[in-house]
Order: sequence, then C-alpha cells, then structure tokens
Amino acid sequence: MNVGAPCVFALLVAAGSVSTMRARQPGTSAGRQESKGESVYSEIGKAPEKARSKPNPLEKDPDAARAGRILFTQRCRECHGDDATGGKKGPSLRAPEIQNAQPGAVFWILTNGVVRKGMPVWSKLPEPERWQLVSYIKSLGTVPRSSPASSEPPAAKDSSSRPR
Amino acid sequence: MLIRKVLVPIFLLSSAILGFPAVTEAQENPYFVAYDHYLEEPGNLEVEYLSTFGTERGGNDFHSYWTEFEYGATAWWTTEFYLDGQTTFSDSTVLTGIRWENRFRPLRREHFINPILYVEYEHKNAADKILKEVEGHDVEADFLTPNAVARREMSNEVELKLILSGVHKGWNFTENTLAAKNLANSPWEFGYALAASRPLALEASAKQCSFCRQNFIAGLEMYGGLGDRHRFGFGDTSHYLAPVLGWNLPSGWMLRVSPGFGLNDNSHRFLLRWGLSREITGFGPMVSRLFRGRP
Repeated sequence: MNVGAPCVFALLVAAGSVSTMRARQPGTSAGRQESKGESVYSEIGKAPEKARSKPNPLEKDPDAARAGRILFTQRCRECHGDDATGGKKGPSLRAPEIQNAQPGAVFWILTNGVVRKGMPVWSKLPEPERWQLVSYIKSLGTVPRSSPASSEPPAAKDSSSRPR
Repeated sequence: MLIRKVLVPIFLLSSAILGFPAVTEAQENPYFVAYDHYLEEPGNLEVEYLSTFGTERGGNDFHSYWTEFEYGATAWWTTEFYLDGQTTFSDSTVLTGIRWENRFRPLRREHFINPILYVEYEHKNAADKILKEVEGHDVEADFLTPNAVARREMSNEVELKLILSGVHKGWNFTENTLAAKNLANSPWEFGYALAASRPLALEASAKQCSFCRQNFIAGLEMYGGLGDRHRFGFGDTSHYLAPVLGWNLPSGWMLRVSPGFGLNDNSHRFLLRWGLSREITGFGPMVSRLFRGRP
C-alpha cells in the first residue's frame, strides 16, 4: 500500500471533528441550543393537517408507553437527555411546544426528522414503534425549560393519567 | 495458522470496540451489499467487521474481510472508511485496499422513495475479494490469479451510486444503481443491487429482551453486474441472490449473516457472509473534547 491510509483516515476524522466542533463553538452552546430548539419546535408546526390529525393507534395500549420508554433510552436519550428535558444536541421534549402538540404531529416529526438541524429521520423504526415513542413522550408531561427534572429516564405514567 | 488469520482480526476489533462504554442499539438493515436511505446518526461512530467466505471452482476458496468505520458527520452526510483484506486458502493473506465512502441525503423530508447520493474512492489491488459490489464484467474466474501476482496490480477507482429506498408497511425496499470508473483510462462499469427486509415484529416489547422478534430483521438481496459502457447488460457478468438475517442486541451489538448463491456460471457458487457491528454514541463530541482539552 503506497498511498497513505493514515492520511485518508486523518481526513475522515478531521471532517467529522470540524462538523462536530461547529456545533460546539464557544458562545454557541446555550444560546444556539435554545435557538436550535426553537427552530425544531417551529418545525412541528409544519406538520400537514392530515398528519396532525392522525390518532395514536396505541393510545389505549397500557404497554405502549413502557415500550416507548425503552425505545427512548435506546434511540433518543443521547441527544434529548436522560429525562427528555434536552441534551447537548437535542431540545427538550417536555417543552409545551411538544407536549401540547397533537400526537400525529409528534409522530410526523419522528418520521421526517429535522435533517438540516441535526435530527435524523426515524422512519427506520417501524410505525408502531414510533407510536410507542409518541405515547411515552406524551406521558412525560410539561417541564419548564429552565428547570431540569431528575437525571433518570422518568417511568412511563399509567396510561389513564397520560396527557393527550 | 488459518485460525490465527481469521480470529486475530476479529479479536482485536472486538477488544477495541468493547473499550467504548457508550453504545446504542444499531437497528440497521442486515444488508451486505445494498444500501438503504438511513444515514448514521450525527456524532455516532459505527464500527463493523464483516466477512465473506467464498467457494472458487478451479481454484482455492477464500475468506475476505473488511472493517468499516462509519461516522455520522451530520444528519444528511455519513462518511465511512474501510480497510479490506483476504485470505486465500493454500495461498496467503493480504491487505487488499482502502475505501472512503460518502453518502448524502439531498431531501429534507421522508418520501415514498428517498434518494441518497453515494460517492466512493477506492485504492485497492487486484487481490481484492470482498465482493462488496459486483460491477462491469466481474466473474468468478477473476479470483484465480495467485495473491502474489494480483497484489501488485493496483487501481484507483471512483464509484457512484444512486440509492432509492423507501418503507411500506414495515418493509424496506431499496434499489442501488452503481457506476464505477477505474481512473486508469478504463470504461465506466455498472452494477445493481436490490433488497427488501422487514423486522419480524413491528411493535417493541415493553420489556428489555434479546430474543424478542422485533430484534430480528430478515430479508433478501440480489446483486450483480451490468457490464460496461461498451457492452451493457446482464450477460458476461455474475449475479447473486442472498437471504439476510440481522439480530440487534440490546447491548448494542448487531450480528448479521447471509448465505449467498450464484445465479449463473460466472458467479461463485456459494458465499457465506457474516458480520458484527457496534455503534458508539457521541464519538464526535468525544474526539472534539480530546482536542480541546476539556475534561
């Protein structure tokens, strides 16, 4: 091998690091996180009426939020934080914009992501799993953005007390 | 000797991956050749070790392997680095090349069919046997050249793919069209891959489990060459059909296996592929912290 594999790998790492650092420049973390959150929240308002009005087919399934909690831990916690109040990369899912949104709108944003703002498309999860995630997220309840909740993922509430 | 050659790379890679504490369940499709439209999550690194055992009529069977480092640079760009090697039984073990691959998602939202643009640079020698794609007039007899001779023939190649993939009722369907060009004045060569897969259950269980049906994804892929600019078509090249099965473990590992069958006389009769992968979350920020001296 006469061409430097290390050079290519260094390029690869540099490219990735630059993109990561761009998101973590000084003065950008808190303020930009807030504005990033705002732009992500505004995205939920773009959900088409047809998508928004879709009811959660697992709404009455008592296991849906529990399964959603496991999915949240596996897929979402890294960005949105242990308690879904927001992390380094993702905004709070317990903000009124999300908690007051129709389940269909939350499902729509999960399906489509907010690709330009860093949220990946989650249509690789089958539809019922996405609805389970919606059930869990909606079961968490609203937390004002300045007061983080506990550090552990909250347990899914009983379906009967779940906000719709 | 053989065991050493096969197991040592697996062991080294496994040890390296195990060192990272932050992992997430990969939930990848189990394809070996075809790509779907899902990119790596931003900041995550997926490390994969994949192997192919292949039979060779009139020559020695082989075991090829490659390691992939797949990094989600952004939600619309995934970049990947490969190291390839192979062992030909009764011959030798050689490092066969490197690849640098990039996939871009041009559309913001999810559609019925989602295009992904793929650009890859390959620096490899003629001993390369990973069969990551079939292109041009690739045939079984190409692998008869002894490693000592084949490894001296180096090539630089650019490969472009248009990936069209979608999801319907839990099924993923994907079609990849490939165009590859050896930069040493060779004609454009073409190839294809088609695949479909589905999790065995669409709903997640309310309990953590390793053997739940939703952790298994089964499917089928078919791939082959389409000739080159001068002789385009399905003839004088090889084609394969391969069932695929993936198992996503809650611990973050993914195992996949695929027996493949040659569909014509130009193809290897049998290929057995298997792979192991693990996704490391927050790799990008971790590297960033290292360089910035943060705790």
